[in-house]
Amino acid sequence: MKLTLKIWRQKTHKDKGAFVSYTVDHVDPEMSMLECLDVLNETLTERGEEPVAFEHDCREGICGSCGFMINGVAHGPERATTVCQLTMRHFNDGQELVLEPWRAKAFPAIKDLVVDRRSFDRIIESGGYISVSTGQAPDGNTILVGKETADQAMDAAACIGCGACVAACPNAAAALFTGAKIAHLSILPQGKPERDRRALHMVAQMNAELFGNCTNIGECTGVCPKEIPLEVIATMNRDYLRASWKKREDLEATIPPATEWSANRT
Amino acid sequence: MSATAALPRQNRAVTFWQSTNGKKVVMAVTGAMMFLFVIGHLLGNLQVFEGPEKINAYAHFLHTIGEVLWLVRITLIVAIVLHITATVQLALRSKQARPVGYSRKEAINSSYASRTMYWSGPIVLAFIIFHLLQFTAGYIHPEAQFIEGDVYHNLVSGFQVWWVSAWYIFAITLLGFHLRHGLWSMFQSVGLAHPRHTLALKNAAFLIATLIVLGYISIPISILLGIVK
Ligand code: HEM
Ligand code: FES
Repeated sequence: MKLTLKIWRQKTHKDKGAFVSYTVDHVDPEMSMLECLDVLNETLTERGEEPVAFEHDCREGICGSCGFMINGVAHGPERATTVCQLTMRHFNDGQELVLEPWRAKAFPAIKDLVVDRRSFDRIIESGGYISVSTGQAPDGNTILVGKETADQAMDAAACIGCGACVAACPNAAAALFTGAKIAHLSILPQGKPERDRRALHMVAQMNAELFGNCTNIGECTGVCPKEIPLEVIATMNRDYLRASWKKREDLEATIPPATEWSANRT
Repeated sequence: MSATAALPRQNRAVTFWQSTNGKKVVMAVTGAMMFLFVIGHLLGNLQVFEGPEKINAYAHFLHTIGEVLWLVRITLIVAIVLHITATVQLALRSKQARPVGYSRKEAINSSYASRTMYWSGPIVLAFIIFHLLQFTAGYIHPEAQFIEGDVYHNLVSGFQVWWVSAWYIFAITLLGFHLRHGLWSMFQSVGLAHPRHTLALKNAAFLIATLIVLGYISIPISILLGIVK
């Protein structure tokens, strides 16, 4: 099949950027979207042009590296599918695909389809973990977890941090991501001891980053390749409300959101 | 790479209000208060179908309990002010969060009502102001005489003007849109949500919003059709 790819090209974060259209002739319907870009990039390299920059790693839909907008939908038209897992048979011969990077102030542009998502890392760093004693691995099943609870935690833990939720959100909010990262720990017994401080710190970090405000619209869960449920946002709000009420923590720590790509954005 | 800045949390109410999540809780609580008023007001208004004596007596009764009436009014004003302050601050924040927009963006998983909260809200506010000036203050009462205390007369003569009724129906419909999303959203905002209840809550929000719209617009429609005169 033959496709027209209208791709956002931007040399650096300082560059203004613009769309450039490319025709890709022999697209195999079994190719993934990223393989289609590989083919295009080979042609571009042969022609001596700059290849299109995009992020990828596992190409199995589990690492969360890849992602961009295809025709106005994060990760493209297939639900529960990352762009690396999206096969070209879902498109029609002769179709035009508009590829655009995630757009959010908290995700500053780096190059072409690549954006800086370290704001997510900082949210995790501020509390998305549990403290355990290292040493010998504990016996399995020493702490019993009910099946329903385990399933609920797993649903939230499936988040791969790709950023599609922020990209699709009309408010550019990071509530689904932060909610998932709070919920998958706070539901489990292992996450309970640090539940309050986790909610306080991760929410503070989320708000220190330049994300928008969640209005429970639901676009995020619609594009999420892991179908994280919207209710994790309620879990975040509940934990935050509880922690603010109890006020066990005297300190609220946030990490200043500054990186070499984003230093000049305020 | 990243230095950690630890700020003492001096006042938990201030920190809470400064977070987006805290403001959303305030919006949910004030929204719920306004929702209760909307229900109460509807039940009061529907007495128009029982004739002039009934509704005028009801209006008179409200004025005899002066202190309580003012308590409710002040609570509502505070609720509206908080609701709108939070709205404006959060809206500005979200606007700044995406300085470069998409060339193309599709909505695939959201209701029209949820995406237009920032339109339905302010229009409802404009309506509330007009509505108070018309029926409470009697300051604007197009093409009719406002008679202090004769609520029945004011209602009927007011709604006989077609565009007053049309504007009323339009604004109430938008209030319905606002509540169709808001009545569900507020549960999310205060952290009461479970996948098992979401569908029921959303359906209930839709049903209640529809009933509210039908209840309110039945009054101008009946007056325009001459059923109430
Ligand atoms: C009768 C008057 C009103 C009622 C009953 C009402 C009710 C509600 C409720 C229940 C919510 C959901 C809260 C949440 O998601 O946590 C809400 C949200 C909202 N309201 Fe109102 N509201 C009213 C008036 C207004 C006005 C006058 C404005 C405009 C300035 C407004 C703007 C908004 C916006 C933008 C939201 C969405 C905010 C969000 O979800 O973050 N509302 N409203
Ligand atoms: S490349 Fe790992 S999820 Fe797509």
